[in-house]
Amino acid sequence: MKKTSILIPPYEAVGVVSAQSIGEPGTQMTMRTFHYAGVAEHVPTGLPRLIEIVDAKKEPKKPIIDVYLKSTYSRSRTEAEKVAKELASVFVNDVADVEDDLEKLMIKIIYNEKDAKSQAITFTMLRKAVESFDENPKIDGQTIIIKPRKTDGKKEKKITAKSVRKMAQKIKGAIVRGIPGISKAVVIKGEEYFIRAAGFNILGASEHSAVDPKRIYTNNIKEIERVFGIEAARNAIVREIKDVLDMQGLFVDIRHIMLIADAMTYDGEIKSIGRHGLSGEKVGVLGRAAFEETIKHLINASAFAEEEKLIGVTENIIVGQTVPVGTGKIRLVMKK
Amino acid sequence: MAKKKRSEITNIFLNGRQVGSHPDGRSLAKRLRERRRMNELSSQVNIYYNLRLNELHILTDKGRVRRPYVVVEDGKSRLAPGVLARIKNNELSWHHLVKMGIIEYLDAQEEENALIALDEESLTSEHTHLEVDPANIFGVVAGVLPYPEHNSSPRITMACAMAKQSLGIYSTNFGQRYDTRGYVMYYPQEPMVQTRLYKALNLKEKSAGQNCIVALTSYHGYNMADAIVVNRSAIDRGLHRIAMFKTYETEERMYPGGQKDIIELPTPEVVGYRGEESYKNLAEDGIIMPESDVYGKEVLVGKTSPPRFLEEISVFGTVEEKKRESSLSLKTGEKGKVDSVLITEGPSGNRLVKVRVRSIKVPEIGDKLASRHGQKGVIGLKVSQEDMPFTSKGITPDLVVNPHAIPSRMTAGHLLETLGGKAGAIGGMLMDATAFSGNTEEQFKAILKKNGFNEFGEEVLYDGITGRMIKSKIFIGNVYYQRLHHLVSNKMHVRSRGPVQLLTHQPTEGRAREGGLRFGEMERDCLIGYGASMLIRERLLEESDKTTLHVCIDSGCVATPDFTQNKNYCKLGQSDDSEPVEMSYAFKLLLDEIQSLCIFPRIILKDKS
Repeated sequence: MKKTSILIPPYEAVGVVSAQSIGEPGTQMTMRTFHYAGVAEHVPTGLPRLIEIVDAKKEPKKPIIDVYLKSTYSRSRTEAEKVAKELASVFVNDVADVEDDLEKLMIKIIYNEKDAKSQAITFTMLRKAVESFDENPKIDGQTIIIKPRKTDGKKEKKITAKSVRKMAQKIKGAIVRGIPGISKAVVIKGEEYFIRAAGFNILGASEHSAVDPKRIYTNNIKEIERVFGIEAARNAIVREIKDVLDMQGLFVDIRHIMLIADAMTYDGEIKSIGRHGLSGEKVGVLGRAAFEETIKHLINASAFAEEEKLIGVTENIIVGQTVPVGTGKIRLVMKK
Repeated sequence: MAKKKRSEITNIFLNGRQVGSHPDGRSLAKRLRERRRMNELSSQVNIYYNLRLNELHILTDKGRVRRPYVVVEDGKSRLAPGVLARIKNNELSWHHLVKMGIIEYLDAQEEENALIALDEESLTSEHTHLEVDPANIFGVVAGVLPYPEHNSSPRITMACAMAKQSLGIYSTNFGQRYDTRGYVMYYPQEPMVQTRLYKALNLKEKSAGQNCIVALTSYHGYNMADAIVVNRSAIDRGLHRIAMFKTYETEERMYPGGQKDIIELPTPEVVGYRGEESYKNLAEDGIIMPESDVYGKEVLVGKTSPPRFLEEISVFGTVEEKKRESSLSLKTGEKGKVDSVLITEGPSGNRLVKVRVRSIKVPEIGDKLASRHGQKGVIGLKVSQEDMPFTSKGITPDLVVNPHAIPSRMTAGHLLETLGGKAGAIGGMLMDATAFSGNTEEQFKAILKKNGFNEFGEEVLYDGITGRMIKSKIFIGNVYYQRLHHLVSNKMHVRSRGPVQLLTHQPTEGRAREGGLRFGEMERDCLIGYGASMLIRERLLEESDKTTLHVCIDSGCVATPDFTQNKNYCKLGQSDDSEPVEMSYAFKLLLDEIQSLCIFPRIILKDKS
């Protein structure tokens, strides 16, 4: 009895109700921005973020990764800080001055002790980082000198000033320590100490021994889909939308959000809501034509002699029939 | 002259174009200004010295906004007591003061070089100018508002906007004018509490409002949320009564081919004859008699036009001169009396008839009233005088305003005007409410006290219905109220059936076209949300543009009706079998328009399951 009273009745227009339930509080969303210290400073919240989620962007404007630590590290701030330092990537450019000598066609990397010490980078670490460019670099005190090789595998390569300069740029961006794609790590105290950083390299971060890979989280939904699969992505969509609404102090029943997440993920990959996603895949020609790019849809439909089956709500309204929701679908049947 | 560095030389600009340079711009500016004050330069020239850029600008072009100040020298106003005395004796006028260099006009640029004191007491040696009057910071519209310094600024803005919508006497020659629309108040009054600017502009000649006795209390919930309860008896005596003039005009237009319209009494033969009843007020010349009552779509000026196409030849081959009816008639829903008729010549020499219709707009529920403090409201109830609360002296209020209108809006000026209006009415004088210098609360209190009234303006009121004393004292006084241009009778609109658009067969839009109210997209979404399919169908089809088309069963095309054989046929189908199909006319239009895109839609019919 309880179960049947909770069930949504057949042909209830759940989509419209969800859209209205999220849309109405959405109009009240304030343009007020909340200020945070550190990486989360300019993360879009409110309406811009909501649009970002619903549009299924490849990468959010400011990707954030939350890295939780194994219990031995998560209890003390100093331990967590240590891990944070190891996670955040440090580039050659941060700890050394890279100079290209275009006359002698070589690159000088001058170890900057002051900057490096603050990042706890030793000269050997720097040497290791640039080894991939030259296996036997010349070392002159605090300076590494690299001479670009003439061969790249099998191919003979000509070394020009241009290629030297290109290589110098590459060396500047080489990672001395840390995980690619993760930067600006900050330790935050919640129920435990955890690390919040810019970036979304889940797999990279998971490889660190102190990290608990089961609890790693990022606001990049596409990345979650790639690493953990579509179910995780669905949950991430729900969580992200809920976070946005909670932050604005708006209450929307979680089931409306779940419906949106379901609609976006039900066929195995994340689809946006709009022209290139859900609305663009409506079955009816009239429904698509009524939304956007009217002529394009009509002409394509005519080219393939498409048949309008009048399944959707919009289509039936255009034609002037009862819409197939609610009382429009319920019919009395004679008992045999 | 010692050689100066480039940056030390002032560049001089005339109206933004460089004309020269000078070693010391600052002293040059000073000397130029002295010349201007000695009337050797035009008083309209402004000089601005930019210290940072070391530039001197001389401005003489048009379009600079300028305002007057009293010139100050060594911390002393040039408007000396001696000068003031001469002004009082009418020896000097404003014009003289400008010529004498006592008053000068500054533009936005020269203002940057000035230090202006608000009043004479605060003058120091640093000051260069003195404000003529602190109230000058207000413009013409805000300058006539009473006590703006006691109100919050948004309310002043609103009061300014509403003063422009107030109805009164818009022009003293309104009787001679034929404006397309004009409103004239029956008994306008000048406000009891007014500003010096109001007097200076001589606005009492064109006042727009009446001094009402206002009680600040609730009345049976009919003045909640900015509604106003009005004394019906006061309305019957002419309170806020307004006449609306509307001018209708028509012209005997010339057409190519020598034909023209004729203003006359149309005969029944005319195409589109509206029936005898419509023309009953017209005289022999086809023009309505002044002072006749007109209502609805009745004709004001009878007019006939030549046929639209010359080739309109009848079945019998004779060229029949069938004239078209093109009379001028009153707009639907309006009523009134013909005020006057004017017969003249139009700009192209054609006979032109203007008919001015007058209708009386008695205040009714829903009409908008406002005080001069941004306190607007609509009439919520009209109450007979005997049911209104009354004072021990037998005074009943004209308006009952809800006290909740005051605290959150912080319009203390409204209360001060109430008190001042009351004191003025009792003391028998007009009160000055000019910003920063008007009559004070203390003065009002003294007058009220002297005349045996409560000095706070509160009085014991008695309930007009029960006769019982109202427990608390009620603030009651005199406030100038304006009737605003939003009259219910000009906005009211209903429709249950009516005209439809030619193209879509959907109801027309707007009051002027007797239109329907749009059942929009969001409203539609709500019905979908409820699952009320049948209701959507009714709103969007049955009550809108439902049509029935015959569709060929075989080909799926719209069948062509053949009226001579009374059947529908389709040349594309194998048989002539067709079925009537209900659809919206807009959909039929869509099918037609799709065909114009070279797309051939077909309708596949199935039995309803």
